[in-house]
Amino acid sequence: MQPTAGLIYAADRDEARLKATGVWTATTASAAETLVQQSLERARGLQSVVVDISAIGELDTYGAWLLERIIRRCRADGVSAEMTAVPERFKGLLEAVHETTGAPVETRKRTPFPLAMLEATGRAFPQFGADATAFAEMLGALTVATWRVILHPRRFRFTSAIHHLDRVGWQALPIMLLISFLIGAIIAQQGIFHFRKFGADVYVVDLVGILILREIGVLLIAIMAAGRSGSSYTAELGSMKMREEIDALRTMGLDPVEVLMVPRVLALIVALPILVFFGALAALYGGGLIMWLYGGMSLEIFIARLQEAVSVTHFKVGIIKAPFMALVIGVVACSEGLRVKGSAESLGLQTTTSVVKSIFLVIVLDGLFAVFFASIGM
Amino acid sequence: MTPHALAPAIHIEDLVVGFGRQTVLDHLSLDVYRGEIMGLVGASGGGKSVLLRTIIGLLPKRHGKIEVLGTDFDASAATDIQLIGRRWGILFQQGALFSSLTVLQNVQFPMREHLDLPQALMDEVALAKLEMVGLGKNDAAKFPSELSGGMTKRAALARALALDPEVVFLDEPTSGLDPIAAGDFDSLIMTLQRTLGVTVFMITHDLDSLYTVCNRVAALVAGKIVAIGPIADVLASPHPWVQAYFRGTRGSKRSQASRERS
Repeated sequence: MQPTAGLIYAADRDEARLKATGVWTATTASAAETLVQQSLERARGLQSVVVDISAIGELDTYGAWLLERIIRRCRADGVSAEMTAVPERFKGLLEAVHETTGAPVETRKRTPFPLAMLEATGRAFPQFGADATAFAEMLGALTVATWRVILHPRRFRFTSAIHHLDRVGWQALPIMLLISFLIGAIIAQQGIFHFRKFGADVYVVDLVGILILREIGVLLIAIMAAGRSGSSYTAELGSMKMREEIDALRTMGLDPVEVLMVPRVLALIVALPILVFFGALAALYGGGLIMWLYGGMSLEIFIARLQEAVSVTHFKVGIIKAPFMALVIGVVACSEGLRVKGSAESLGLQTTTSVVKSIFLVIVLDGLFAVFFASIGM
Repeated sequence: MTPHALAPAIHIEDLVVGFGRQTVLDHLSLDVYRGEIMGLVGASGGGKSVLLRTIIGLLPKRHGKIEVLGTDFDASAATDIQLIGRRWGILFQQGALFSSLTVLQNVQFPMREHLDLPQALMDEVALAKLEMVGLGKNDAAKFPSELSGGMTKRAALARALALDPEVVFLDEPTSGLDPIAAGDFDSLIMTLQRTLGVTVFMITHDLDSLYTVCNRVAALVAGKIVAIGPIADVLASPHPWVQAYFRGTRGSKRSQASRERS
């Protein structure tokens, strides 16, 4: 049988007698509240209210609070109210609840919607400035630490750097190859479908070759590295910060930038160009496969056309961007990792921010490089 | 050996630390002499950890002077500050063990950074230090995530003591330890003081530690040190918070017991 709360109402001239029965706990709280509200309505206008609690079977804080609320509401309305026949075992709980202040929680004022949007836009600007400062700070700290390591090569954390090179380079290779292969194939396929209308099938090779080598190869690998390696750097450094490990390092007289971040960023800078190289190869393979399957172009013609279409310049343009993008991803990842505060939510937030920011900056960097290379005629 | 013979191990003068508009430490001055065990008590959230973190250089100060083992952080070059890492050890409240290293590797970490020892020697000394704090060979290969709270604290203590430092900072070392382990810890601290002359700065709520181990006790209330001295002097202090702390329902039984003992 379901536990229920009961509140029996009896009026006797100017006095209302409420008899509480049954179970007054968290499970019956919402039903009990309805009963309380009804009784208070009916007792309006009367001079006094007496609440008889002797028939309650079980009572907890929820029930005690509802009973207390009857008393307080009545007194606030100028009606005298009291509880009678309180069993001994409930006395302590009712006293404890009686002593709470019941002050209302201050809710923050919500600004109305159009103003809130303006406010958010306004707040974004100093936030942007703060982010730019944090980026510059981390870049500076890394430069100083790297310089110190160059001056004292024995302090370089070689084992750590190799370990991270393995993680962000060697272990990332299969997935990077696969995705580049697929993207190369997709670009080639779309190219064939559209260029076929003009009978310009053969120029798909140019499209695939130049696009992959100059832009897509690097951008794709960089974005995937940001998602894979950047987020793992942020999460690692963030959780180390949460556990005070970075503080412990500092108090041991070590520089966390030198011990933790230089090896990570250096590993990424070395790994990314290698990944870009192999990724570009995989993408060209993908393109070639599609040209053969859909375009009926034999391998020899594909390679010959590729040789005519692309030059070393295109390759250079792509590969030069790689270490800079790696640096950006590394700096953002480390900087966001150190900004993690004490909670798990903060860790998640900073990891997301790290990935989003590094992808954004990578694309901006790509745009800047495009302008640069165009201006020097590469 | 009089602890006052040399310059103080920790010298704090007129220290002001605050966050935003809130001032946590208000012109605080404190001296911890070499070879003494100083206990710091204060209300929870009252600034004890802030004081500790400021002394060891993790938090910035707004005003004042801090000198540890004669090194004033403001006036020293970066290399001096790095060298001090060799001469002190810190036990953080949550342990702060390096999560990717085993317990043994954690203890060996300071050795690797600051000393040039063969691997076998490091293994032996690290294991000895673990046994001194009450852990065993079986715990040496565990990772911090596999340890209980008490074991984490003990491993962190072993790491803090790895280089036999001159000053040890302990942030609530016995919280979470069972009475036997806490008692062992107290004896360990006293042994260190007797044999190596280690200076200990300990934040603690453990009344037993305060009574048995500490040479002097300082009470931090409202950002200032309101009482300092041997435990008997602090007990006699008229400050209301100090009275409530030591003579409240929990404290009074201890103070009675210690009076009966002495």
